[in-house]
Amino acid sequence: MKKLLIALVTLVPSLVFAAGPEVPLDKAEVDLHDKASLQRGAQLYMNYCLGCHQLQYHRYNRTFEDLGIPQELGEENLQFTGNKAGDRITNNMNPESAANWFGTAVPDLTNVARVRGADWIYTYLRSFYKDDSRPFGVNNAVFPNVGMPHVLQELQGLPEKTYEERLIDGEMEDVYVGIETDGSGRLSESEYDQAMLDLTAFLVYTGEPMLLEQRRIGWFVFGFLLVFTILAWLLKKEFWKDLK
Amino acid sequence: MFKRFVEWMDARIPMTKTWNIHLAQYPAPKNFNMWYVFGFLATIVLINQILTGVWLTMNYVPSAEGAFASVEYIMRDVEYGWLLRYMHSTGASAFFVVVYLHMFRGMMYGSYQKPRELIWLFGMFIFLVLMAEAFMGYLLPWGQMSYWGAQVIISLFGAIPVIGDDLTLWIRGDYVISGATLNRFFALHVIALPLVLVILVFLHIVALHEVGSNNPDGIDTKKPKGSVPDEEKPKFKFHERFTNKKDIVDSIPFFPYYIIKDLFGFGVFLFLFCYVIFFNPEMGGFFLEPPNFEPANPLKTPEHIAPVWYFTPFYAILRAVPDKLFGVILMFAAIVFLALLPWLDRGRVRSIRYRSLLHKLNLGVFAISFVVLGYLGTQPATPVATIFAQIFTFLYFAFFGLLWFYSKREKTKPVPERVTSK
Repeated sequence: MKKLLIALVTLVPSLVFAAGPEVPLDKAEVDLHDKASLQRGAQLYMNYCLGCHQLQYHRYNRTFEDLGIPQELGEENLQFTGNKAGDRITNNMNPESAANWFGTAVPDLTNVARVRGADWIYTYLRSFYKDDSRPFGVNNAVFPNVGMPHVLQELQGLPEKTYEERLIDGEMEDVYVGIETDGSGRLSESEYDQAMLDLTAFLVYTGEPMLLEQRRIGWFVFGFLLVFTILAWLLKKEFWKDLK
Repeated sequence: MFKRFVEWMDARIPMTKTWNIHLAQYPAPKNFNMWYVFGFLATIVLINQILTGVWLTMNYVPSAEGAFASVEYIMRDVEYGWLLRYMHSTGASAFFVVVYLHMFRGMMYGSYQKPRELIWLFGMFIFLVLMAEAFMGYLLPWGQMSYWGAQVIISLFGAIPVIGDDLTLWIRGDYVISGATLNRFFALHVIALPLVLVILVFLHIVALHEVGSNNPDGIDTKKPKGSVPDEEKPKFKFHERFTNKKDIVDSIPFFPYYIIKDLFGFGVFLFLFCYVIFFNPEMGGFFLEPPNFEPANPLKTPEHIAPVWYFTPFYAILRAVPDKLFGVILMFAAIVFLALLPWLDRGRVRSIRYRSLLHKLNLGVFAISFVVLGYLGTQPATPVATIFAQIFTFLYFAFFGLLWFYSKREKTKPVPERVTSK
């Protein structure tokens, strides 16, 4: 019985926290109705990410259509790879070279928001920090020893890890509280956060491009079901009356 | 015009007769409660799976190179492809939800007892085939969990002495899960197993209609011929196939009464079903697991491999045992014992309403164990979690042992002559 009790009190917290990441994730307030945010995210993606990360399951023209970008404008400003508008969003990086350069295959990001979640992406993009022991001179607090360089350094600047002394279990310990940029980037801290939110929103969109339509249809379906179920209930009552 | 068409048909095929025997003049006990809707719902979900499955097959590419991309093609480029895919993926989970509740109904009201043993057995075969069907279907999207989940489950057969390794090789058609495995699973998933499933469902219903439904009171509504005075017989016309042999009491025709009642239950079910499809298709990672949106990668094992929720009670039993072979045996025993229920339960009283407090507790603990094991199966096997899995595995099996022991001399309440209903 005692064993059971001990098991009970230790089990519950261990199960709750078992899968948690070491760095708490910031909440990404993604709004898929905000077309401007998605457009800015697409622009960032095509300029900074697509060189390495494909969106090989998604198409340019679908993106333009969903994000409210006129096709001509999109072709001129967002298509750099010589593809046609009906093509999928790919690049020409050789996977073998990629493995040589980064030590690993570069993942496709079409579904990254479904695999990792928006909060993870948003926090990851804002967690690069200076680490001279790494090949590219940077590391990431959310994804330790990641093979990726800080490609957005020209926007954010080069951040460093910051710590805070806190009293934990009677001892003072340095606790990681976040990063602080050196200010060499083009964007201010809040501008960078907004830019990363835009980029996150765009990846949420590519993961589930049907999401808004899905929700909209869902409400109609609920409306229909409400009528159907009420009618079915009334019909049942009417028929079952003769059984009394 | 219509009458002449019906006459023309009836002269050539037993159309009206079949309709009458199985629906319009089929006597069903009048006291069914809401637990009796799940058989109907299971049929609906089966139809949903077959229809959406056919349309998914039109665009799915069964090859290791093309499978993942074709699913994404369905999700993005096929008109309403996402809806078909979500209906199918949600349908798989919904199938198990309604089947588990349907089985629990049978356990509560003793529907497996004599003379319905065969219905229960057909049901258990349906359950087994359904599990195989779901398992093979889960490989088809060729995501990380598809791949590694299949790897784990197939490797279980390797625990069998002597033939184990050859058996896993034979199932996979390769030394690892590969395109060969995907192709054969596809063939089995889209044609072989659905065919078996439909035949078993047919037999399940044929056997049911031969002996008639049980009811929440667990008493017979078919009395010996001549034992019931005419004024106590229901006013409905039942088919002579039933009335020739028995006097039928407390029954109503399945059509229209129960069809319409089920229609209402269907509406309620659809609310939940459509909530998942349109607002939460991943169901917090239980119906669609996040790692499965990453293509299968034989070189990268996911941190935590968990089967889909409907297998987790059995998976937890497997992991509760330190020895792999014994774990596999126990996992299969968990299903075999269920199949043996008609013979393990030696009681004469069917419904939980009139059985002993001990039986009520026993069944309650069994249900709780099943749910807790299901939860533990989704979690990493920490030492503490394993202890819990062992405790609840014991309780799961204790249900059968205790039942066999006490059911022979169980103190039951008096059973009413006729069904009780408001």
